[in-house]
Amino acid sequence: MAIAAMAVMVVTLTIILLSLVVNTTLSGTIKQITDKIDVSVYLKDSVTVKQRQEFTQRLEALPNVSSTRYLSKEEALEAYRQENVNNPELLKAINQTDNPLPATIRVKPKDLNKVQDIQQFLNQTDNKELQSEEPSYSGDRKEAIDKISHAANVLQRVGIAGIALFAIISVLIIFNTIQMAIFNRRDEISIMRLLGANTWYIRGPFVVESIIYGIVSGLISVLLIKSLFIASSGTLEASSLGLLDISYAQHYFNDHFWILLLAQVGIGVVIGAGSSIVATRRYLKFKTPKK
Amino acid sequence: MLDRVTKVYGKSSTPALDRISLHVEPKEFVIVVGQSGAGKSTLLKLLTREERQTSGKIIIGGIDYDKLKDKNIPLLRRKIGVVFQDFKLLPNRTVFENVAFALEIVGMSSHEIKHTVPKVLDIVNLKGKENSMPRELSGGERQRVAIARAIVRQPKILIADEPTGNLDPKHAWDVIAVLEKINRFGTTVLLTTHNQEIVNKLKRRVVTIDHGKIASDRAHASYKL
Repeated sequence: MAIAAMAVMVVTLTIILLSLVVNTTLSGTIKQITDKIDVSVYLKDSVTVKQRQEFTQRLEALPNVSSTRYLSKEEALEAYRQENVNNPELLKAINQTDNPLPATIRVKPKDLNKVQDIQQFLNQTDNKELQSEEPSYSGDRKEAIDKISHAANVLQRVGIAGIALFAIISVLIIFNTIQMAIFNRRDEISIMRLLGANTWYIRGPFVVESIIYGIVSGLISVLLIKSLFIASSGTLEASSLGLLDISYAQHYFNDHFWILLLAQVGIGVVIGAGSSIVATRRYLKFKTPKK
Repeated sequence: MLDRVTKVYGKSSTPALDRISLHVEPKEFVIVVGQSGAGKSTLLKLLTREERQTSGKIIIGGIDYDKLKDKNIPLLRRKIGVVFQDFKLLPNRTVFENVAFALEIVGMSSHEIKHTVPKVLDIVNLKGKENSMPRELSGGERQRVAIARAIVRQPKILIADEPTGNLDPKHAWDVIAVLEKINRFGTTVLLTTHNQEIVNKLKRRVVTIDHGKIASDRAHASYKL
């Protein structure tokens, strides 16, 4: 009983923990990408400070605007230089003329899926007059933003569904394992019952036993993942598998180590206690009157 | 104690017990006899509330079984000592532990248990067997362990379901002697058996059950099959 139930519980808890880490990593990576995405509004050189401030205020009043940041022409140039440090050709082109870059307001949307209302606002004629060119979400970039945020949503949902599914399956398997163990001791239970033992007197040891398995399994699962990271950091050296940034996952895991450990042990305890209580119930039932 | 108690198993048309009425006085020694399948075991199972009567009333020691809540069934069982035909000892525990278990259930301190159990093992002549496992004992010894376990809580009533059924005559008499001893100490004993010799020698009240009905109920009776 001990080995079988614990093996199943360790596998389950490891899978749950792994999917949790993977899911957080995915959404973390996606967040990192989407955080870098903003709508750049390019202002005409002729816009006055007052006009700009008023425009910014109205922009920030939009429900879907999370924040704005103003870059003067000089700052925009500086930012451009930094972004293209590795591209001396482009830097050279900029340096040769005087600053061609417009002053820019970078608008961070709250929800990437609802950039349209910002778009609408920017397209109003009096707002349009302030802008030197089309804002930068348009065209290919808008499409990219859409795709990424859509993917983020889907991945998150798949992740949650996956965790739920694993949890349910494992609870069923563990329940079954514990029930088998109790089935083997049903004679003992019925003798105790006939001698007048309380429900919890009989059930207690089973529940405690299962809870201990839950705790141990939780510890083992966390250690498994921990050693997985140690092993992978040796061979993969902070590389990433597509959207799955291993160093991010490792950071997340190490930063939340104690919470994750507690959560795993907690889940183990709940699964162990729950399934042993349910599994013992049928052997502890008294005959009810036949109506 | 029992008033027109009927027990029907499942959807069977013939009841296992049919309107049985039985009154047993405190400290009485009653032998219930009858063929296999006559309803003896059913009667005892009703008393321990392993089964529930289909109709009729059961009152033991002032407890009305109809009003007994599930969570109080353990309390009822602690007041009744039961000796089963198949002993029902816990196989992985020693003689001492098996008897002590009955006391652990009711929350007795281990100090008191250490004090009480040897006394009871003495009554059933099992001194020196404390650390034996049930499988190392003979049938008669196991049955006496079961009796020790049943009486260690000093129940007012002792129910013994064919305690001699699996035993050879010598051991059977050992067991019966113990039951008589317990009865002399003031415990009501309800014994089922189909051992004619025991019934005749005991000269106690005999209740005969046949086809779920009480066929006869006589004091100091002898019994013929």
